[in-house]
Amino acid sequence: MPRPVQYNITNKPLEQPISFVSSPDGYMGQGFFASKFSDVVGLARKNSIWPLPFATSCCGIEFMALMASHYDLARFGSERVSFTPRQCDLLMVIGTIAKKMAPVVRQVYLQMAEPRWVLAMGACASSGGIFDTYSVLQGIDQIIPVDVYVPGCPPRPEAVINGILRVQDLVANEDLRRRHSDRYKELMETYGIQ
Amino acid sequence: MVLTNEIIRNKLTEKFGDQLGDWSEPYGTLTFTSDKNLNLKVLQYLFDEPSLGFQFLTDLCAVHYPDNEGKELAVIYHLHNLRENVRIRYKIFTDIKKPDVFSAYALYSAANWMERETYDFFGVNFLGHPNLKRILNIEEMEYFPLRKEYPLEDQQRTDKDDEMFGRI
Repeated sequence: MPRPVQYNITNKPLEQPISFVSSPDGYMGQGFFASKFSDVVGLARKNSIWPLPFATSCCGIEFMALMASHYDLARFGSERVSFTPRQCDLLMVIGTIAKKMAPVVRQVYLQMAEPRWVLAMGACASSGGIFDTYSVLQGIDQIIPVDVYVPGCPPRPEAVINGILRVQDLVANEDLRRRHSDRYKELMETYGIQ
Repeated sequence: MVLTNEIIRNKLTEKFGDQLGDWSEPYGTLTFTSDKNLNLKVLQYLFDEPSLGFQFLTDLCAVHYPDNEGKELAVIYHLHNLRENVRIRYKIFTDIKKPDVFSAYALYSAANWMERETYDFFGVNFLGHPNLKRILNIEEMEYFPLRKEYPLEDQQRTDKDDEMFGRI
């Protein structure tokens, strides 16, 4: 006998039929609106993140579910999955990265234009996961900087949506000068980039 | 005539005498060993002799026996007679300090990648191999991962539960 479904069985009424992104904080008067440039840029970037999926194993299946109609990442402005790193903002590393694959991930990261973000999806990408062995990279943060880790083996699509939302928070609040700062350059140098 | 293990064994004993030993038949597959320097002669005979005709190399691999002093590494050839559908297994042993074994590449082309793989994981040095370099692992790797002598990865790390990874 199938297990009774115990969640998502009561229909909640929609609070709003369509939700809009609210405008950034600012000063509004008749016929004008003043705000910070970085807020507007952040708002635009945040809601149009182009992900580049680097899917190598079973987490990739969850990613497909995430992109398909049921979970539909398009709702968060990320429906445009691109397979060229030069157009993408967010590198999603999905699945086990073998040591032999590490230079490929790194090259893909280097080919992305700034500003770029990285999301490590699943236990393997975050820490090597169950593969504590000679052939598997013990977390992609050994070769590239990672912004958001999504735990799970594999994580459910909801968890990845949450991860994407955390990336959006980072994108929206990022200082426009961050990528030119000394601190950022130091961070990059620890990975041997530039 | 059906090629039985007995016929194969008699043929080989006729040719090589006492140089082959440790005859056994685990799961019906005839298995024997010899000195490692004899491997090409035995393989050549098995290949050329028309009544044997083991012309297909199914697999070539190694096993590390750390307690088997002086014979730590075993190199194992799985041979197949496709006409009679008979398989045999041939083992040679080598010292891990000097793991030199003659390459079977000239006889079986399939040995090319298999020997590279065996070198990659066990460090068996196949003399006469045309391109003996790592095939699966990263080329910078400094150890042979399937030898039972190296701890895997960093033993000092604390982010993984040791009990779950068999480190207690």
